[in-house]
Amino acid sequence: MQRTVMDLWVGLFVIVGIGALLFLALKVGNMGTYSAAQSYMLIGNFENIGGLKVRAPVKSAGVVVGRVTDIRLNTETFDAAVTMSIDSRYQFPKDTFASILTAGLLGEQYIGLAAGGDETSLKEGDKIMKTNSAIVLEDLIGRFLFNKAAEGDKD
Amino acid sequence: MTPEALVEIKGLNFSYGERSILKGINMTMLRGKVIAIMGGSGSGKTTLLRLIGGAVTPSSGYVKIAGKVVHELKRDDLFRMRRKMSMLFQFGALFTDLSVFDNVAFQMREHTDLPEPMIRDLVLMKLQAVGLRGAHDLMPAQLSGGMARRVALARSIALDPVLIMYDEPFTGLDPISLSVIGNLIRRLTDALGMTSLVVTHDVQESLKIVDYVYFISEGVIAAHGTPAEVRGSVAPFVHQFVHGEEDGPVSFHYPAEAYASDLKLETGFA
Amino acid sequence: MPRRIVIGIRGVGHRVIDSIWRLGYASRFFLLTLLKSGTSLRRFGLVIRELYFTGVLSLIIILVSGLFVGMVLGLQGYETLQKYGAESAVGTLVALSLVRELGPVVAALLFASRAGSAITAEIGLMKATEQLAAMEMMAVDPIARVVAPRFWAGVISMPFLAALFSTIGVFGGYLVAVVVIGVDEGSFWSQMQNAVDFRYDIVNGIIKTCVFGVAVTAIAVFEGYDASPTAEGVSGATTRTVVTSSLAILGLDFVLTSFMFRGMS
Repeated sequence: MQRTVMDLWVGLFVIVGIGALLFLALKVGNMGTYSAAQSYMLIGNFENIGGLKVRAPVKSAGVVVGRVTDIRLNTETFDAAVTMSIDSRYQFPKDTFASILTAGLLGEQYIGLAAGGDETSLKEGDKIMKTNSAIVLEDLIGRFLFNKAAEGDKD
Repeated sequence: MTPEALVEIKGLNFSYGERSILKGINMTMLRGKVIAIMGGSGSGKTTLLRLIGGAVTPSSGYVKIAGKVVHELKRDDLFRMRRKMSMLFQFGALFTDLSVFDNVAFQMREHTDLPEPMIRDLVLMKLQAVGLRGAHDLMPAQLSGGMARRVALARSIALDPVLIMYDEPFTGLDPISLSVIGNLIRRLTDALGMTSLVVTHDVQESLKIVDYVYFISEGVIAAHGTPAEVRGSVAPFVHQFVHGEEDGPVSFHYPAEAYASDLKLETGFA
Repeated sequence: MPRRIVIGIRGVGHRVIDSIWRLGYASRFFLLTLLKSGTSLRRFGLVIRELYFTGVLSLIIILVSGLFVGMVLGLQGYETLQKYGAESAVGTLVALSLVRELGPVVAALLFASRAGSAITAEIGLMKATEQLAAMEMMAVDPIARVVAPRFWAGVISMPFLAALFSTIGVFGGYLVAVVVIGVDEGSFWSQMQNAVDFRYDIVNGIIKTCVFGVAVTAIAVFEGYDASPTAEGVSGATTRTVVTSSLAILGLDFVLTSFMFRGMS
């Protein structure tokens, strides 16, 4: 085998391999849409997060703007402190509303951000004041049955 | 030039665990000579070469090369010494993934900073010396046994060593290649002023070309002398070895209990 | 009777001591290989030569297997997902299976049997034909000149091969699901991109392949160097390379997965 032919093949191999890695990163993965280097952290306290998981998407108007990076229990207030990493390209007003929503009836849970009208934007480490907890199916059914029973009593 | 000892071996013992291979070997090898070490299979000849090359450490005694005790050398010094030695392995041990040219050039590229044109000239000179300049771009797999041995010979003289060791250089060769290799060893030794140490059991071929012979049997030197002395020797071991007799000091039979008793014949008719 | 028990215990002890000794010997050899890698880095041509033999020559088997694995994943994934009306998630299923598990693991298994066995056989044969001893006698260290370039070539080519395996697998899944079955192309890619996280899935997959690459090539060069210099010795060592590295890949995969994906959905 000629040295130059071998070099050519190895060169092709390495280039194609790097191409495959880039394809995985950009086309298969989400590196094209979100980069950890250019993001800022927001914190939201929720009374109940339901089935929300770390890495769940954060969406605004259906567009993914970030990811949940950490979930822990605040032992003073006994609610859930959720840390989100938001893409720095997107700025949200101070009075943004964060709620935990479900994609479809049984789909994964995500955080939806609904922008308010405040002049100043949320900055790194800020707390989202207005939150809406996850809808827990058991509570819903319980409330429904309770209402039905109450209606029944009236009749 | 008065001949001086290049290799000096004193009271050399070597054993693998319990099994002792060499027992008290003494040898002196003079510069510019071809010395043969002969002995039957498994007599410790190859081990002796490994001891001289510093690949293994003796249990006691020493090997001195140019005044330096081999097994006391540090790794770097040993490697430095090995650049002045070379070894021809039984079947040549050519690097199968390199061409004939690259095989001969191997040590020049590893150990020197010579420019490529000069390496080319040197390699072709070495190949010319063994008559294979025309085969320089063949791969080892394309060579016959005798040619491979000659390429290996060219490779082992690549850096003009002072000592070459040959491990069974005649094994598996046809009579023509055999005498070609034998004559090359003699000619190169004289032309380059090296010392050659041939380990072999090919008596007739080696007696033609060597200056001195050591016989090793069961780890000790059974006899030594010049080829003329060896041919005329009446020592039973040498006589048996040189003339290839079946029985003698080296017995045909592996030690066993008496044949009759092994076949249960003594009590057979009782 | 007690004599037999003593002999039995002695047998167990003998085997344990032997295998510990061998493990230590292998680790020492691995360290030596790392320490003597200077030559291969200085003369990178040596590594490039081996990259051709370990990387380029493994391409065919990697690409063909990757394509088929991806196509099968696409078919099976579609079969199951359409029962729940979630057939557009087939891209997610194919990509996550490949990037997290199948890419690294299957590519490494193929690499072990294609390139690992070749490395062992080559080094073993060099030992059997006294080429390594000849090199040593020429004051050239065979670990630096023969073992280290092969080791680094294997370590370098493994991540590329696994990435190619995953890429062509995703393409195979795309062929079956989108082109043949007719799943919507837009949701195939967008669901995939939504679910596959660069940091957690792809980077972890690459870390896995690097670990597998080191394990497989380290085993392959060690078995070759340690082979007894006979025809049986070399063939035995080649078999041991494939068996040991396959077990190592699967075992390491479990350990790495449990560290990387613990506590996540």
